[in-house]
Amino acid sequence: MHGLINRSIECFVRDIYGLDQWQQIAAASEIGFDSFEPLLVYEDELTARVLDAAALNLGKPVEIILEDLGTYLVSHPNVQSLSRLLRFGGETFTDFLHSLADIQDRARMAVPELEMPMLSLRSHIYGNFTLYCSDGYPGIGHVLVGMLRAMADEYGALVLLEHLGGKSEVEAISVQVMETRFSEGSIFKLGRADA
Amino acid sequence: MHNRPAENHVSSLSVRALDQLMPMHLIISATGHIVRAGPTLAKMMPEIQFSGARLLEIFELQNPPTADSMTDLYAVAGQALRLRFRRSPNTQLKGIIVELPETNGLLLNLSFGISVIEAVQKFNLTISDFAPTELVVEMLYLVEAKSAVMNESRNLNLRLQGARIAAEEQAFTDTLTGLKNRRALEHILGVAAAQHRPFALMQIDLDFFKDVNDTMGHAAGDHVLQHVSSTLVQATRSDDTVARIGGDEFVLVIDNQVDKRALNDLGLRIIRRLEEPVFFKGDPCEISASIGVSFSSDYSCVDPSEMLADADAALYDSKNKGRAQVTLATPYVATRRAANG
Repeated sequence: MHGLINRSIECFVRDIYGLDQWQQIAAASEIGFDSFEPLLVYEDELTARVLDAAALNLGKPVEIILEDLGTYLVSHPNVQSLSRLLRFGGETFTDFLHSLADIQDRARMAVPELEMPMLSLRSHIYGNFTLYCSDGYPGIGHVLVGMLRAMADEYGALVLLEHLGGKSEVEAISVQVMETRFSEGSIFKLGRADA
Repeated sequence: MHNRPAENHVSSLSVRALDQLMPMHLIISATGHIVRAGPTLAKMMPEIQFSGARLLEIFELQNPPTADSMTDLYAVAGQALRLRFRRSPNTQLKGIIVELPETNGLLLNLSFGISVIEAVQKFNLTISDFAPTELVVEMLYLVEAKSAVMNESRNLNLRLQGARIAAEEQAFTDTLTGLKNRRALEHILGVAAAQHRPFALMQIDLDFFKDVNDTMGHAAGDHVLQHVSSTLVQATRSDDTVARIGGDEFVLVIDNQVDKRALNDLGLRIIRRLEEPVFFKGDPCEISASIGVSFSSDYSCVDPSEMLADADAALYDSKNKGRAQVTLATPYVATRRAANG
């Protein structure tokens, strides 16, 4: 698993639960260090150990931790760059949903060795979608649910999300867009404020 | 002159369609005045009243540089143009002009070249200010993603640099000679003292080394130091320690040997070998050495720094007695120091 992903799990635990919790989790998972390098690639198995240790230490199921991680990645002030990058995907939440099909290409453009799951969107009537997620780390669908929920807030859309479970390595998420302009959302300008 | 076969023309576009396809377009009349401007241009420069103004009053055509009349503008139709706003912030633009046969006017479509990164910031532009077919948004995504990655990469380099410096500080080896350094020596002496093993400490200071350095240069000095190192290693057993603790100061830890006569002989043997001239680029470098030795068996409680100080005091006795000598730290010196300390 790419260091960027491991590192985001680390930052999530640190920023939400504190440094002590992270150090305990790092020690319990016996990864042999207490901080991931974001630009190195690690064995997938390390990620599984960290997540299992996190579930045990934090007393929450892995699925909930993954969903919270997704929300954190988009909405926490310490990681604003990701929500900005995702918003380049489109002007409205629906455009953004469709842009998820390009996520592998977008990730590869930024970091060639970063492997993202393959996402495909099926549109149904009345603003209903199913997002299929394959070739990903098991449970990645839960991260997506958390991210989509936070992105809907960003766009000011009113959305119902449900992880439909997965079979044979494909996870499905139901996305119901009730209203695209439910709230103001946050304004996305192409130029960075700090540039 | 504009009567062209019908199949070469498509039906005229609505202004709404023009705005969607080319949000940075300008329609120019046959007199060279702007008839309308696309919505993104209007948003960028709200203080400019585009319609009715002369095109070349608002824009400077930089390449090709000749245009100052409507005839010139017809002449550059179809070419890649470089323009810029005459008004601050003088944003650079790329453009292309095509003729509008029905009105004898022109259509100028503009785009940011590489200035887009600055422009989106300056003019607060959003995704909807660009045609969906333009690659501007993808380009900006890429710039931002790459700068985030570069930032991580810079951080990684800083951490690696820090780790390298820390590793160097923790190193036990003298880089010039490959001998142990002072840090290693302290570690070894600490272990030897803790294990109550008998050992002798021989402190060696080169004589006349400064002359070699001063008259023959640092390269010659380094050559001599390397030669001294190999001499010391050859003169000792593999269990002994040879350390360089300063410019021309060396310390030997002779393990399991506290026989004074044997150590005196070893010291003299080392001095004799060091006095054999070393050649650097054909010239002889002549040095000698002064030596002081202390013995762990002279102390009831072995303190490495005390032993080093006593060996050093004995070494200075050797220097004072005219150099190239071995002085053994006497139990008397050791006891006196203990009494004073």
